Amino acid sequence: MVKANGSGKPRKSTVLRALRMHWELYLLFIPILLWYAVFCYVPMGGIIIAFKDFKVLRGIWESPWIGFGNFQRFISSPAFRATLGNTVIISLMNLAFVFPAPIIFSILLNEVQRTFLKRFIQTVSYLPHFISWTIAGGLFYMLLSPSSGAVNGVIELLGGQPINFMGSSKYFRWVLVLSSIWKGLGWGAIVYLAAIAGVDEELYEAATIDGAKRFAKIWNITIPSIMNVIVIMLILQVGNILNVNFEQVFILINDTVLGVGETIEYYIYRVGLFSTNNYSLGATVGLFKSVIGLVLILCTNALAKRLTDGGGIW
Amino acid sequence: MSIQEKQEVDILKSGSRAHMGERTFSDRLFRLFNFLFLGFVSVATLYPFWYICVGSISSMNHIYTSKILLWPDGFSLAAYRHVLNNPGIPRAFGNSIFIVIVGTALSMLLTTIGAYVLSKPYLPGRKYMTLFIVITMLFNGGLIPFYLTLRWLHLIDTIWVLIVPTAISTYNMILMRNFLMSVPSALEESAQMDGAGHFTTLFKIYIPLSKPVLATVTLFYAVGNWNAFFNAIVFLNKPDYQPIQVLLREVLVMNRADLLIFEDFRLNAPTEIVKMALVVVTILPIIMIYPFLQKYFVKGVMMGSIKG
Repeated sequence: MVKANGSGKPRKSTVLRALRMHWELYLLFIPILLWYAVFCYVPMGGIIIAFKDFKVLRGIWESPWIGFGNFQRFISSPAFRATLGNTVIISLMNLAFVFPAPIIFSILLNEVQRTFLKRFIQTVSYLPHFISWTIAGGLFYMLLSPSSGAVNGVIELLGGQPINFMGSSKYFRWVLVLSSIWKGLGWGAIVYLAAIAGVDEELYEAATIDGAKRFAKIWNITIPSIMNVIVIMLILQVGNILNVNFEQVFILINDTVLGVGETIEYYIYRVGLFSTNNYSLGATVGLFKSVIGLVLILCTNALAKRLTDGGGIW
Repeated sequence: MSIQEKQEVDILKSGSRAHMGERTFSDRLFRLFNFLFLGFVSVATLYPFWYICVGSISSMNHIYTSKILLWPDGFSLAAYRHVLNNPGIPRAFGNSIFIVIVGTALSMLLTTIGAYVLSKPYLPGRKYMTLFIVITMLFNGGLIPFYLTLRWLHLIDTIWVLIVPTAISTYNMILMRNFLMSVPSALEESAQMDGAGHFTTLFKIYIPLSKPVLATVTLFYAVGNWNAFFNAIVFLNKPDYQPIQVLLREVLVMNRADLLIFEDFRLNAPTEIVKMALVVVTILPIIMIYPFLQKYFVKGVMMGSIKG
């Protein structure tokens, strides 16, 4: 009825009325809004330097537009194939080895019958999650050191030659995989353990009465009942294929393994801030990664959502 | 009827007992291997910590003679004395403690206020406000524009660069908002009828009711601040405000043993052992609050995965 008066005015008055009624809440929100504007939206605007030949002395506005020149430069450079390749290979290795580890761990942990032992192992397994990558990386450097590390101590004890894991292109990606498992195993298992805990105990009881053995129960009850969670986690993981843990790579990488370990993100840091200060190129590669990453994540999230809303995976 | 039911229950009970105590050969074999496997996982998880603890109190540099440390060789606290007397290390610790306290306080203030406002279902425009903050989880400017923004704000080379730009975690804010939304609105209504404003409602009603989520989010921020290092490496050029994690990186990863050396040579202990002592001292705060961390972090993960 009120709206019949005109198209613009009633809207405005609703806004004014909302402001007058809830001005305290809006006022409280202003600092939050400002924080997001300054630290999230201003940098988004700063992406325009990807389309410019940015010179610090001339500033963002005075630097000349060069369209997609930076993108062409990146895509035609050898760094493009190398860093994209490294990122995807490391992600696939993570999918193959790091992803299943907590699933296997939680299934096996569930078979432990003594509650004390179960809880102890679980508590121990979380611990590395709370340690920074500086310390985790430092520990790996110490333990894998060819001259003093315990891992090479074991290798020598078994009659082998010490291996320089950190400086070897052959082993570096495996160091990434191993350190990811060490740091994330127990933490990653939380979701699966929760899903297993939700399984109706009667199912196991009924299976026992029917004479099912342990493996049959794992295979026919435990795994199917956490399959939903596994598939969702897998889909989300695939969406993150361009995101290899940056802090981890940053700590563990060194010049000798740059060829096999340099991810897109590390390349952005190296050309943008570390060695050359090529801001425009860094921003360009960043935008390239963000856009592809966004598309991947939106697709996989939509898929995951459809599967969960559809009342089950299949 | 009821007797029959009782019998069924008894059968189930004995069935569950059978499940608990199967004693076939293959089952014993499985249990043995499972025990060995999980034992190996636990040892592999804990050994690095044991290694540095044992190494840091060993008197001689014996890791070069036997690499696999199982037990301390002699006993000496020289490395710890060295760590505590080196002027650079307490300064870095002080910076880290400052960042944790001030940073976490600011984060909690902003996050609680934001979550409170966004939790009001009756607030017009709430959807757009939520969208405004959630978009930043999906897309961001990237490292270089972020750096240029901080330079434009003159935050580079100040301690605030480690506190203000990372003050809000959108994930934490949404986590808290979801929790606050579950508080019955009748409580708020009755408080406001008694003439309470938003500040009173927030502090007298919402905060006491949300202690678990507040503890979780506080710990998320505090541990995040204690463990953060990348921003300090990129946005600080001088060592004045360097947190302990950055010093650790230079000593452990970049092998800057020179940072450990200072005038008082009487305290001098072998570098490798001093490094281990430094790691122990840095992990110590985390270990001390580990029981809380474990409890509340797991809660946070569960809350996040349910309402994600």
